Amino acid sequence: MRALEFDRVSCRYPEDDFDIIDNLSFSVEAGSFHCIVGVSGCGKSTILRLTCGLLRSKAGTIRVNGRPVAEQSHYCGYMPQRDLLFPWRTVGENLALPLEIRGGYTRAERRELAEEALADVGLAGCRDKMPSELSGGMRQRAAFARTMLAGSDLLLLDEPFSALDFLTRVSMQEWLLEQWEKHRMTILFITHDVEEAVFLSGSVLAVDQTPIRRLSEIPVPAPYPRTRACLARPEMAELREELIEMLRRRVEV
Amino acid sequence: MNRANRGGLPALIFLFALLVFWQLGAMEVNAAYILPTPLQILRRLWELRGPLLTVHLPATMAVTGLGLVISLVLGLGLAAAMDWSPLLQRCLYPVVVASQTIPTTAIAPLFVLWFGYGVWSKVLVSVLMTFFPITITVYDGLRSARAEMTELLETYGATKWDVFRKIKIPCALPCFFSAVKMAVPISIIGAAIGEWLGAQSGLGYFSRRMMTQLDGAGVFAPIVLLSAVAMLAVWLVGLAEKKIVKWRGES
Repeated sequence: MRALEFDRVSCRYPEDDFDIIDNLSFSVEAGSFHCIVGVSGCGKSTILRLTCGLLRSKAGTIRVNGRPVAEQSHYCGYMPQRDLLFPWRTVGENLALPLEIRGGYTRAERRELAEEALADVGLAGCRDKMPSELSGGMRQRAAFARTMLAGSDLLLLDEPFSALDFLTRVSMQEWLLEQWEKHRMTILFITHDVEEAVFLSGSVLAVDQTPIRRLSEIPVPAPYPRTRACLARPEMAELREELIEMLRRRVEV
Repeated sequence: MNRANRGGLPALIFLFALLVFWQLGAMEVNAAYILPTPLQILRRLWELRGPLLTVHLPATMAVTGLGLVISLVLGLGLAAAMDWSPLLQRCLYPVVVASQTIPTTAIAPLFVLWFGYGVWSKVLVSVLMTFFPITITVYDGLRSARAEMTELLETYGATKWDVFRKIKIPCALPCFFSAVKMAVPISIIGAAIGEWLGAQSGLGYFSRRMMTQLDGAGVFAPIVLLSAVAMLAVWLVGLAEKKIVKWRGES
């Protein structure tokens, strides 16, 4: 089943005189993990913002689980680049935010769900801490738990690890794959880091032109579960170089 | 002793030096009816403690309290309205700023004619001076909410009211406390000015009466009392702020 489908979608920012997304069609299967990779400013974030409803498309239809997004609510969880944990709320209260907005939960239920979600991402016992007491990686995990509580199996992650230092980023990538294998949600992950894209995705969706008229889908030749060792395999190294070459061509044009 | 207290030590020494300088200068001038020494003022404050503390201080505090409450309601209401609707912002903001160009002290005698010698003419002076800093500071606080946070909440399906409650109010809270700390002394000054212009009781009124009797120390005594009360009130607000706002400084 298709978790997400773009059907001839176009989008233009008011300040531009061209469509940054131009008649784009693509779809992703439920339970898949795709990375959208492209250079900064190529419009890849626009795809996520259209999907989660922060932007309106000019033309075309976006469908989630077969239904147009305009008719739905709570159909996706969106996680921006900054963790955006509210500094005046405890970690537990931050996780409860999407539940508070959706309504229909008692305070006790919200606490319990937040507690479970925290334990699930390895942050048991952090419920009553303030976000400022957590490290960068812990904050991202808390933000991820909050995204999962948004009530959907479709997760849109917009460069969630780009602000982390290298070693933290590497362990967060491994951690994210574990989470995905455990829950099998559909993940659309934006990055400009080719290695990250190759390591995480089942197939990479490369943005090789702006305006975006198509996404080049490139399957990654490695089965899950993966470890970082697979990045050293020749076909993976080759894919990485191929992608870098593709994106660089785009830059030079 | 914590660092804040140690930081206050130079200020105390400097203040003490100023007071010594004043004392010596005033003794040299030797005209207590226009320039009393600090010691004379303290002595006068002690002599007048009965009427000052039982009659005039409560009268001024009543005006200040009423003025502050009305200013807070008005200021918060205006700030929220301007944040809520751009149209209201365009309508109200110039009027709010224009209200501050009124030379309050010059037209305050009219307030006495309109509202009589009772408490309300003084409350009006106090409110006119106090609501402005509250409105502007809290409005800026509400505006300081980050667009990214609002967007995140919108992806959860939040309404404008949700955004206001869960982001704007917490974001504006530090500014709110700054506003109250500014508003407390200003409302006290406003009340004193109102009383100075026409009243039957209050520290401003008392100070003016002493002036007509050429009692220099008697003019200053209620003013010292007003300052002390203002400082105490600001300190109390600061304590409340420390209890409630724990995240100031973290972006």
